[in-house]
Amino acid sequence: MKDFKSDQEVRWCPGCGDYAILAAFQGFLPELGVPRENIVIISGIGCSSRFPYYLSTYGMHSIHGRAPAIATGLAASRPDLSVWVITGDGDGLSIGGNHLIHALRRNVNINVLLFNNRIYGLTKGQYSPTSEAGKVTKSSPMGSLDSPFNPVSLALGAEAGFVARTVDSDRKHLTSVLRAAADHEGASFVEIYQNCPIFNDDAFEPLKDPAERDTRLLRLEHGEPLRIGEDRGVVLGEYGELGVADIADVGEERILRHDAHRADPGFAFALSRLDYPAFDHVPVGIFRDVARPTYDELMAEQLSEAQATQGRGELASLLASGDTWTVE
Amino acid sequence: MTKQVQQLDRVIIRFAGDSGDGMQLTGDRFTQETASFGNDLSTLPNFPAEIRAPAGTLPGVSSFQLHFADHDIMTPGDAPNVLVAMNPAALKANIDDLPDNAIVIVNTDEFTKRNLAKVGYDTNPLEDGTLEGFKVSPVPLTSMTVKALESFDISKKDAQRAKNMFALGLLSWMYNRPTEGTLGFLKSKFAQKPEILAANLAAFQAGWNFGETTEDFAVSYEIKPARLAPGTYRNITGNVAISYGLIAGSQLSGLPLFLGSYPITPASDILHELSKHKRFGIRTFQAEDEIAGVGAALGAAFGGSLGVTTTSGPGMVLKAETLGLAVMTELPLIVIDVQRAGPSTGMPTKTEQADLLMAMFGRNGESPVPVLAPRSPSDCFDIAIEATRIATTYRTPVIVLSDGYLANGSEPWRIPDVGGLPDLSVNFTTEPNGPDGEFLAYQRDPETLARPWAVPGTAGLEHRIGGIEKSSGSGDISYSPSNHDLMVRSRQAKVDGIARDLQPLEVDDPTGDARVLVLGWGGTYGSIGAAVRRVRRAGGKVAQAHLRYLNPFPANLGEVLHSYDRVLVPEINLGQLALLLRARFLVDVIGYTKVRGLPFKAEELAGVVQEVIDRAE
Repeated sequence: MKDFKSDQEVRWCPGCGDYAILAAFQGFLPELGVPRENIVIISGIGCSSRFPYYLSTYGMHSIHGRAPAIATGLAASRPDLSVWVITGDGDGLSIGGNHLIHALRRNVNINVLLFNNRIYGLTKGQYSPTSEAGKVTKSSPMGSLDSPFNPVSLALGAEAGFVARTVDSDRKHLTSVLRAAADHEGASFVEIYQNCPIFNDDAFEPLKDPAERDTRLLRLEHGEPLRIGEDRGVVLGEYGELGVADIADVGEERILRHDAHRADPGFAFALSRLDYPAFDHVPVGIFRDVARPTYDELMAEQLSEAQATQGRGELASLLASGDTWTVE
Repeated sequence: MTKQVQQLDRVIIRFAGDSGDGMQLTGDRFTQETASFGNDLSTLPNFPAEIRAPAGTLPGVSSFQLHFADHDIMTPGDAPNVLVAMNPAALKANIDDLPDNAIVIVNTDEFTKRNLAKVGYDTNPLEDGTLEGFKVSPVPLTSMTVKALESFDISKKDAQRAKNMFALGLLSWMYNRPTEGTLGFLKSKFAQKPEILAANLAAFQAGWNFGETTEDFAVSYEIKPARLAPGTYRNITGNVAISYGLIAGSQLSGLPLFLGSYPITPASDILHELSKHKRFGIRTFQAEDEIAGVGAALGAAFGGSLGVTTTSGPGMVLKAETLGLAVMTELPLIVIDVQRAGPSTGMPTKTEQADLLMAMFGRNGESPVPVLAPRSPSDCFDIAIEATRIATTYRTPVIVLSDGYLANGSEPWRIPDVGGLPDLSVNFTTEPNGPDGEFLAYQRDPETLARPWAVPGTAGLEHRIGGIEKSSGSGDISYSPSNHDLMVRSRQAKVDGIARDLQPLEVDDPTGDARVLVLGWGGTYGSIGAAVRRVRRAGGKVAQAHLRYLNPFPANLGEVLHSYDRVLVPEINLGQLALLLRARFLVDVIGYTKVRGLPFKAEELAGVVQEVIDRAE
């Protein structure tokens, strides 16, 4: 097994969720079957964006929010590469929100891993676009006025073909989601709940506590009933919305089965709206996994079509095209 | 009736009308006819930023000026000898630019009470003596066109719309232009609309015949072809020339071209042009914003493409942060800023050269970037190739400062022999360069100070780059004070070192004893050159030099500046180059600045030059 660790010393705060994600990622890369020289990690700015330094692949630690744009140019011009974007909730959803939605909309062949700790870590503790309303921080002493983004809903709204959510501490689940994201051709978006021990410690504790998590986690598995623990499940409401009901009350047959391959993103979107951000029941797993042509494929097709119909470009004849005249 | 043909050596014609009247098309066609006839020429399109300002109003006036001659010329001309005014607004907006005895062809049909009132004419200028001193030809262009098209199955509106072709036909007759090109153009433009095609051809022909038959036009004019250097020529605008230069740069370097761009006036035509040439393997990416445009270009450069982004002033501002990253990552990147009047949105369709200091310094930290500026539409081709050479040789972003005047203006271009273009082939690094078989991403070439360019996919050279300061050699993150000092100085030295392979600045000083030098940069070359010629014809002694390299400056610039008593620096800004020259060379240059959204007029500049000469004596 190839070692994907770089020689750089990892520098995150003790207890940071990034360590777990890095370990899972380094463990998963060898099974990706792609030589390390064909893997490129591009990040923006933030704690998570230090990621590329710790991997022995190609990488670029770029500028705040712009990693999806930079990755777009790379992926569109180098379809042979496996391109990963590492970003955080501030980087990806605040300053870089525009680039993120457009990369997903275009279906650029990249895998976006968004580490969501619902706080600004690197700038020391201000509220982020995923912080709950009313969050008290250094920049919001009376509570944040902002309404938070649900990153999964946002990605589905941009019609990303692959959208998933997982948790830093569940290495098995995290690895399986990474694997599926890598297998997906086109833009993949993975939200990873990630703990910030310094500024937002235990934000996801209810989802991690073994005693509690089974009553909260809605595990999405294609073809399987949408259950929370043994007793509750997802049912269709009166207006087409999804809700959670006691199976004892509604009967087993009304519990919906998960279908990640529906062409229409509506079902996945409805699932993503289940209970954010209170954590009473949180869907994790693959919301949507639908293939469509990727941006680089479409771009390459146009180039080969142009060459097939017009012939390869020839500089001398291009320069001499149009109305010309000769002076003897 | 045999009409008289009068020989002229040059003429300046301005077509002016409402922005819906098709004046740019008319001007462009007349230019193509003139180019194929073999005159030297230079054009100045001037149009409003609004797509359709209210019809018949002053803000809605669109014009196209063409200067053509039997000898080589440098500018679109100061004052039109001929004005074609399609309505009162066009007359009013342009009349002040006309010299005495200018020919004014007016479309009388549009001189209605209502149209006159719209632009504040209390009385009809065709009747009240306003046009005294001009040779006025009143022509009912609209009604004659409609009459000529009576038999066609088209709407009255379509018939009226063809009046620009009538005007073009008339002018083509007046100046003995070849018409095959325009006929062919119309046939292909309206191939899908046979009735409209027939009507336009008929309108064009009717205009020609009108000139031929009416006694109002007793004279036609002939301007012999110019004696240009032998070769094959075509007419070219700056934006097309930049596009071709980039394609050439891609072919000569062997790097696939990737353009990341966001539409903005007046740069958009480069995006449009490059999008047409996918057969050259060119990828054009219309990004969600300016930042994504340059970001994608940088990402493509990391992957081994010739990364290019094109923009204009306000877009350039947004790209600043990514340019800083390109400086830090030391990747090749070409950034084309087609300058326009600013600040902020400024005047989007009007020219200016006021982005020089932004290009030089508009980034955080010590962030040196080479800056080049083409001096004419055809020079845009050579500058794009030169930008490719510098970017790939030195692994650096390069800024090209074109401007709206160069971008839209056109001139004859001698098509270069492809075999004579420089070889720019690039060798990516494929082998480790460290003593222990490792790859040192910031190990500099001792000559150029460029770092190696190893692209993803190359086994054994995996490395990480980014915006955080790099350790010299390894490229690992470094906060070491001495390393930062070294790296800041190394990046500067790398850019300064480019001057070593630049040609020395040429000075045009025919008598060899001029005491005044006129020094310009970029798109003002033609105006300054024409002004200098005028001064010399009048017996004045003056030297001229023009900068295409703004950073670094040519190595002999200081010496050149110090060898003249006075240095005059005309600029379409408030003295940005003058500021740099004073700071760098301690020379008390004399600035001459004007920011009207228009190029300098040669006559006015000639006066300024003469004044400086007089004061020097």
